[in-house]
Order: sequence, then structure tokens, then C-alpha cells
Amino acid sequence: MSTTGFDHTPIPSGEDNRSWYQKNRLKVAPWLFLAPAALFFIVYVIAPIFQSIWISFFQWDGLGEKVWLGLENYYELVDDDRFYTSLKNNTLWLVLYMLAIPAGLFIALFLNQTVMGMRIYKSLFFFPFVISQVVVGLIFTWFYNPSFGIVGLVWEFFGATPPSILGDENLVTYGIIFAGLWPQIAYCMILYLTGLNNVSPDQIEAGRLDGAKGWSMLRYVVWPQLAPATFLAVVVTVIGALRSFDMIAIMTQGGPYGSSNVLSYYMFETALSEYGFRMGYGSAIATVLFAIMLLFISYFLWKMYQEERGGH
Amino acid sequence: MKSLIKSTIVGVATAAMMATAAFAGDLVINFDDPNPGPKKGFEDAVEAFKAANPDINVVVNITDREAHKTAIRNFLSADAPDVTTWYPGNRMAPFVNAGLFEDVSDLWESEGFNETMKAIRPTMTIDDKQWGVPYTYYQWGIYYRKDIFEDLGIEEPTTWDELLAASAKLKENDVTPFTIGTKFLWTAAGVFDYLNLRTNGYDVHNDLTAGKIKYTDPRIKNVFEKWRELIEPGYFIENHATMSWQDAVAPFAKGEAAMYVMGNFSVDAYKNAGLTYDQIDFFQFPEITPGVPRAEEAPADAFFIPANANNKEDARKFLAFIGQPDIQTEWNKTIGQLPVNSEATVSDDKFIQEGFATVGGAAGLAQFYDRDAPAEMAKAGMEGFQEFMIKPDRLDAILKRLDKAQERAYK
Repeated sequence: MSTTGFDHTPIPSGEDNRSWYQKNRLKVAPWLFLAPAALFFIVYVIAPIFQSIWISFFQWDGLGEKVWLGLENYYELVDDDRFYTSLKNNTLWLVLYMLAIPAGLFIALFLNQTVMGMRIYKSLFFFPFVISQVVVGLIFTWFYNPSFGIVGLVWEFFGATPPSILGDENLVTYGIIFAGLWPQIAYCMILYLTGLNNVSPDQIEAGRLDGAKGWSMLRYVVWPQLAPATFLAVVVTVIGALRSFDMIAIMTQGGPYGSSNVLSYYMFETALSEYGFRMGYGSAIATVLFAIMLLFISYFLWKMYQEERGGH
Repeated sequence: MKSLIKSTIVGVATAAMMATAAFAGDLVINFDDPNPGPKKGFEDAVEAFKAANPDINVVVNITDREAHKTAIRNFLSADAPDVTTWYPGNRMAPFVNAGLFEDVSDLWESEGFNETMKAIRPTMTIDDKQWGVPYTYYQWGIYYRKDIFEDLGIEEPTTWDELLAASAKLKENDVTPFTIGTKFLWTAAGVFDYLNLRTNGYDVHNDLTAGKIKYTDPRIKNVFEKWRELIEPGYFIENHATMSWQDAVAPFAKGEAAMYVMGNFSVDAYKNAGLTYDQIDFFQFPEITPGVPRAEEAPADAFFIPANANNKEDARKFLAFIGQPDIQTEWNKTIGQLPVNSEATVSDDKFIQEGFATVGGAAGLAQFYDRDAPAEMAKAGMEGFQEFMIKPDRLDAILKRLDKAQERAYK
């Protein structure tokens, strides 16, 4: 196909005297295109992972000499109440954050209609995902304020003393998760909305002819077609739950007395905050968090790989 | 693609702007308080310095306090200014130990600071050398609503019993005795420090923050028991764990709470909240154990020369300059605090006069729990204080945890 203008070499007459590069162009090209991205990925993502695992074996304040500790940071971690609080909260985040998926699906089904001005409603529902997490955190901090927040007003209306949600060690994590769910639901909703756009009308029609409606239509006709959207929603929600950092930094800073900490914030607090700079211990926490994430990431990658193989 | 190029250009431009373009003749100063008062005080001092040294080109970077706390670790080693603000005591120890601050003992000698700043000298000293020059400090104590006290016929308490009686009376009249906001923890440390200084004295404060006394020590436990006498009857406002110190000014201004254990920098906040000088006043934290010499909290702010500075000669000139009595007089008048140099004149503001009397007669000056104790201990300790204020029943568990943290932090 000389019309493409890529290949002007004359048709070889017997012996192949092209250079190695010319012979292997098709194999080399993708790697060349990948090279810049791969380089940056290695320098800024892969290498730091190993670096921080390495640092986790030292005692280091980020300025002076590193002192080799071996596994001592990890021993300390096992004996650290704060670490277990964070781990427990991380689990809570993971479990409760999953509520964003059914809630997002429900809102998406609700919004997936052709009514005047639907676009406006959709964008309003999507709004919390667009605004910064910091703003969401601030808004909810005010909501929860027992003296002038809306929670206080509602409680007082029913004649009860309002709880100090962010000041109570038993409520604080739920309070922050609830705030975090608001944008996360919007995110899942938008994923499902696009998913619903791709639901094949023929199958709906066929289902209707077979007498499916309401729940059975959703369960047996629509839901299976939403599988890719669901997969994506699970992935972003799991990652969102494990990354839950900004909300905590804004709303409580891990308080009261560390009871709303999660691993990512605890890591930041020990390694980089005002009273921290224990790089080794922070790295040990980061390594544990990485191990947990690795579980999920490997599962997702494996699942994607399976699907890709199945698709071909 | 276009947007990629665009954002790259923007990125490069921002990076270039952030780098302090310094030349040999420049004197680069990093200052950490952009609030109007402190900024003006600093800028006036810089103007005076420029007038006295017309050949020096002064370049000033003013950043937010919290940002400064993080940035300093980078700029001290990578792109050092010639002068920077920082805090004395244990807060400067990591930088001194890492060799990132310049020894300025020669300045203390030649400028006579050893005499004129005698009171603050120990906290600027590590290994018998001085590492910076302080320009201001301020007193702590109890700020109170004078009008409420007068309405209820309460006098300024001078002993623990009087304080408890005053609190009881306020509580009876539906006024919470103390406001406080412990979201950022350090406010609780102020209360703890004072209870400790008044119960056990200055030496115990120093030994505790130096890791020589355990938290389960009966003397320290005693401090918490005193604290309990304020917590259990509900003498602190509720929900303090969700409030910053500024948030906690609101109940004080509204008259829902009548006392506030605070530093003098808070007076500005009371005024901004609509209170007048007739409504607010100050008294020293009352005596607890009779006979314990009265020590006070008086944190200082100081200037330091990074070891990697380019222009140390002019930096020394600047440090010597801001240590002078007349400069400190003007500066502290502007920011409403106390000059460190004993030859400087104190402003005639009511609170500054009170503060001068407070620190002047003190048997010892503590910096503050989180400056006297190493960072790791300070964090654990202050979380413990906050937890105790909410769950006083857990005292024993908290103290045990603090012992564990102490063992690690002072290893």
C-alpha cells in the first residue's frame, strides 16, 4: 500500500538488506511510543515504592543521618493502638463507601428519563463530584456543628440535644464517610448514566414482550448489561475509600485524639505533619497501605485480563 | 496537545516565580505571618533596616505560618534564604542538630544580647551556643469577661479555690466558665502546662518535657486530678474538640463563656469579635500549690540564619539590627506583644502592661509544651490531653500510653 506514503523501499529482490530497525519497525514502534510515559512511570511511581519500602527499615527525620532499624518500625506498628484504629476505620470506609454504588444506580435509574430540563437535574446531581473535596468537607463541618449547623437545628426541633458528630469518637468516622459518600454517589451515578445509555433498546423490547417489568426487568435485562459500569464503579469506590485523605484533613485532622484516622492520614501525620517527621515509621505505614491496595489492584487487573481474553 | 503545552508553560513559569531569584548583594528574608498586624511590624522593621543600610537590596518572602512549617525543611537544605523565622526550644533542635542553622553566638557576644536578652537566652541555646535572635514574645494567662464578672460580683481569682468558686458561680448563672477549642490540640497543652507549672513548678515542667519524669508519676497524675476538678462539673464548653481556638472565641464574645486560657495574640480576635477593652481583662493563672514559685508560659519568635545562606554577612547585620531596643519597641507596639530586649520600651496597652508584669516577675519562662517537648512526644501528649478532657475516666490508660510514647521519643 504505497498510497499511505509510509514505505518507499522497493520490493525486495531476494535478499533482505533492510536495517534491523526497518525490519522490526512494527514491533519497536509501540515501545517507542510508550517510552516517555513508561520512563516517567518508573521514575515517579515504581521507584518511589521501593524507596519508601527501603526507608521503612530506618529511623530518619528527613534531615539527618538514617539509622538502620531492621523491622523495628513494623514491630512498633503491631503494638500501636493508633494503627489499629486507623485500620478499623479504613475497613469501615471500604464497606460503607460501597453504598455509593446502589445509591448511584438508583439515582441514575431515576434520572434516566426524558423530561423537560432533565439535563439540568442531571448536572445538579453531578455537582458534588465537580466541587473540591475540601469544599465538601467544609460544608459538612458546618452541617454537623451542634450549635449552628443544620444537624443541631433538626435535633432541637425534635427537642433532643444535638450530638457533636465530629467531636465524638464513636460517630466521627461515620460522619466523615457520610460526607464522602455525597460526591462518590454522584460519581457512581454518572458511570451508570453512561452505562444506561448503552443498554440495548432491542433487549428491553424483547424483555417487555416476554412480560418482564419493574424489578425483573432491572434484575435480568438491565443489570447484566450494566456489568462494565458496575466494575468501574467498584474500582473507583475502592480506590476512593482507600485514598480518603482530604476529607479527614479538612474535617477533623484525624481527631478527636486520633479516632477518625485512616492509614493514609496517619501516614501523613507521622511522616510529614507539624509534629511528625518520622519518615521511617511513616514509610512502614505506607508499605502496609500499599500491601492492602495491592490486593485490590491485583484482583482488578486479573479480572480485566480475564475479560480481555474472553473478549477475543 | 495545545493545552498540554499551555499547562507546561504555566508550570515552568510558576516554578520560576517561586524560586527566589537571589544575587550576591541581595538579602533574602523568609517571614511566616501574613496577618495584617505582624506583616506591618515586619515590613516597618525591614524599611528601617533598608534606610540604615542603603547598599543592601532586601528581598522579602512572606508565607502562611502552616505552609512555612512544611516549607522550611525543603528550603533550608535546597534553596536557602539568608534569614528565616523559626521557633526556639526543642522546635529548633532538629535543624540545629542537622547543621542547618548558623551559630550566632558571636552576635550575642558583640551586641550584648547575653545581658539584654538574658531571660530568653536559655531557650535559644543548644550546646552552649545561641542559634538565633528573638524579636518578640508574649504572655499566657486567663482572659476573662470583666463585665460578666462584675455583674455576678466575682473578683479576679488568685488561688485555685477561688477559681473553682468563681467557676461554680458562673455555672450557676448559666455561663460556662471556660471556652476552649481543642481541634488543633495545642490549646489543651496551654491548660496542662499551667496546671503543671502551678502544681509542681518550673523544674517539673522542664523535666517532664525533657523526658526525665514519667507521665504516670504521682506528681503528673496530680496535675490531671486538678484538671478533673474543672472537667467533671462541666466547666469547659462542650464540643471543644471540633473547634479551633478562633471558633472558641465566639461563645466568649457572646457571653456564653467567661474565661479563656490563652496567649496575648488572642486579644486581636476578641476585638474583632466585637468586644471592647472595657469588657475584657486578664489575670495570671491562679496559684495551686502554695509556695511554688510562679513560672509562666512565654513563647518567643526568632530569626535564624540558615547554614546554606549565600549572604551571611548581611544576614548577621539584619539579626543584630532587629535585636536593638528601639527596633523591638516599635515592632512590638505594632503587633501588640512584648519586646525581648530588656532595654526596649513596652507599649502602654493594658494587656501588654499586664503581660510585662506577668513575665517580668516570673521565676521561669516556659516556651510551651509543644516547643519544649520533642515533636513526637508533643503530638502524643496533646492527643492525650484532648482525650482526657472528653473522657476523664480513661486517665490511667492515657498516662500509660504516654509513658510508652515517651520511651520511644527520648530513645
